[in-house]
Amino acid sequence: MILLVLLCVPLVASLALAFIGDRKFAPEVNILGSAATFVAGIALALEVYHHGPMLAGDKFFFVDAFNVYLAVLTSFVSMTTALFSRRYMRREREHGTIGHRRIRFYHAMFQLFIFAMLLCLLTNNVGVLWIAMELATLSTVLLVSLYRTPSAIEAAWKYFILCGVGIALALFGTVLLYFAAEKVLGAGGEALLWTNLSQVSDQLEPTILSLAFVFLMVGYGTKVGLVPVHNWLPDAHSEGPTPISAVLSGLLLNIALYALVRCKVLVDGSTGTHHAGNIMMGFGILSVIVASFSLLRQKDIKRMFAYSSIEHMGITTFAFGLGGPVATFGALLHMLVHSLTKSAIFFTVGHASQMHRTQDMDRIQGLIRGNPLVGWGMTFGVMAIVGMPPFGVFMSEFLILTATIKDAPLMAPFLLLGLGVTFAALFRKVQPMVTGEVPPHQKFLKVAHVPVLLHMFLVLGIGIYMPKFLADWFHTAVGLLK
Amino acid sequence: MSYAFAAQLNSLLAALILLTAFAMLVQRRMYALLHLFAWQGLFLSISTAVVGFAAQSHHLYISSVLTLAIKVILLPYILHVLIRKLKIHREVETIVNVPTTMLIGIALVIFSYHLTAPIRELSTLMTKSTLAVALATVMLGLLMMITRRHAVTQIIGFLAMENGLFFAATSATYGMPLVVELGVALDILIAAFIFGIFFFHINTTFDSLDVDQMARLKEED
Repeated sequence: MILLVLLCVPLVASLALAFIGDRKFAPEVNILGSAATFVAGIALALEVYHHGPMLAGDKFFFVDAFNVYLAVLTSFVSMTTALFSRRYMRREREHGTIGHRRIRFYHAMFQLFIFAMLLCLLTNNVGVLWIAMELATLSTVLLVSLYRTPSAIEAAWKYFILCGVGIALALFGTVLLYFAAEKVLGAGGEALLWTNLSQVSDQLEPTILSLAFVFLMVGYGTKVGLVPVHNWLPDAHSEGPTPISAVLSGLLLNIALYALVRCKVLVDGSTGTHHAGNIMMGFGILSVIVASFSLLRQKDIKRMFAYSSIEHMGITTFAFGLGGPVATFGALLHMLVHSLTKSAIFFTVGHASQMHRTQDMDRIQGLIRGNPLVGWGMTFGVMAIVGMPPFGVFMSEFLILTATIKDAPLMAPFLLLGLGVTFAALFRKVQPMVTGEVPPHQKFLKVAHVPVLLHMFLVLGIGIYMPKFLADWFHTAVGLLK
Repeated sequence: MSYAFAAQLNSLLAALILLTAFAMLVQRRMYALLHLFAWQGLFLSISTAVVGFAAQSHHLYISSVLTLAIKVILLPYILHVLIRKLKIHREVETIVNVPTTMLIGIALVIFSYHLTAPIRELSTLMTKSTLAVALATVMLGLLMMITRRHAVTQIIGFLAMENGLFFAATSATYGMPLVVELGVALDILIAAFIFGIFFFHINTTFDSLDVDQMARLKEED
């Protein structure tokens, strides 16, 4: 019941916003819709926390510790992003960057995107998972090109084509998975249900599943933004409106990784080897290295943080690939804290670039003096994202690193190199932006305080003291992913 | 229609699908390319119906009709209208290195046969040998997207890939469950809506649909 509410709210909100259009209260309706989604998400989480995993809607939906925490995270970040986007989009509209119709489109598609991601998380059917993932891509393609500048259109086209191809390969992987499942479970919709598959995963044909995993890895890996299929990501993040960058980075990448991890569990159960894990580790570590060195060369602020997202998704993918309780716990935590931190950073970046009317880092200066919240928010956000204690990212990266040194010591230097280079690169680039005098072209703007403060507070809180329910959730999820 | 005859007929249709995939790879004229795509969809639709008849799985008839409606009628019609409105029907694309492209295409077909060998051994379906063709169609669609520089051509390549995927589902498992197939069809329709909008955006912004012009976003040195 709660589950249906959770899915229906964004869908209804999307339709409502399509009708409301550019009325004055549209952003508030957007916030209200996301807040309602968040409340429903919390209610669902409480139910799962007290009563354990549940199947609903004739086995069509499946909720366990792993996906419910991501659902709460998704609805939470979408709520704060809606809060942030209220002022941000209004200002873009005043500047004449976008008109009535595009505001309508933006709001409706934002909610549809949230719906697609929640459907991705909650569905039990691996085929529907694919469909929802494609829907999530399609709903954001035209948001990336919202400004209609040549670069924005180029970025959106790249996003459309590359993710379209990627996801097509994932569908082939899903077909192969169904082929293997059909032998054991018989034809029909039942054979694609994840709960059924995971019960019989040891009977699934290993050669087929290994082959399927290669396609799924490349397919969903494109959406996760793993090197070498990451090219769409920096473009889409830098050219789209900042609220969209925040949700793409903070949420969509997580969802794609979620799909990949669900598939990995099946493949591991079938092959009984570490084959899938090794592939994920390879892609992960390559992403960390390439992204960290690319960070050094960036001039556009949003592009730089997009590369930072690639790096962090690399770390998470690597950790899931490594497996074992510590690494998996670290990976789950990392998904959470990265998502919170990165969206907070994108909020401050959005403010900073609106204050200077540019995304060029050379022209952004004196943020702390110009607007303390934006300046300090970005400083602390960057400190958190590079893994400084006492923030939550430090905890997760520490766990992942410890597990790496223990289980895959040869990989540890590469991981450390990536983290070190990122640390140096981000600080070198961010320090001149936040310090210094206020340049004449900087304008003072009213900013949305709540989203940034809330996110940073949570990341700090998780780093200092992890609440018991969160640890319980992660432990249960680790047990599920064994 | 006997089972053996159906299997033969299906193989013939698979061959035709592969043939159209190759023809699309090097077709320079917009309308001709679109017609090839429609033919491919038609072969796919017939093949699905034949498999559905032979295997007595009736939900394949629905898939077949769906394919006919979307891939043979609706999408080509939309693209036709778009091509006319964008006034690009006279455009002739320059394709470099046709022989090389063909050779790579052949290599991809061989590779597909190699990749699907374990599945052929395990499968008991009459369509087991056509799975390689399906994968080859996917790969050829991908190759077309890589080698061609026109936005409309890239989209046709993308749709040809989808054709290949659909054919793969029919060959490997007599089709995916209906809910999945309907969902995929819905996604394709939304995608069609989006690329339709895109063509106009690209055309008005860049004054042409040549994607080579889109080269702003690169890593600076």
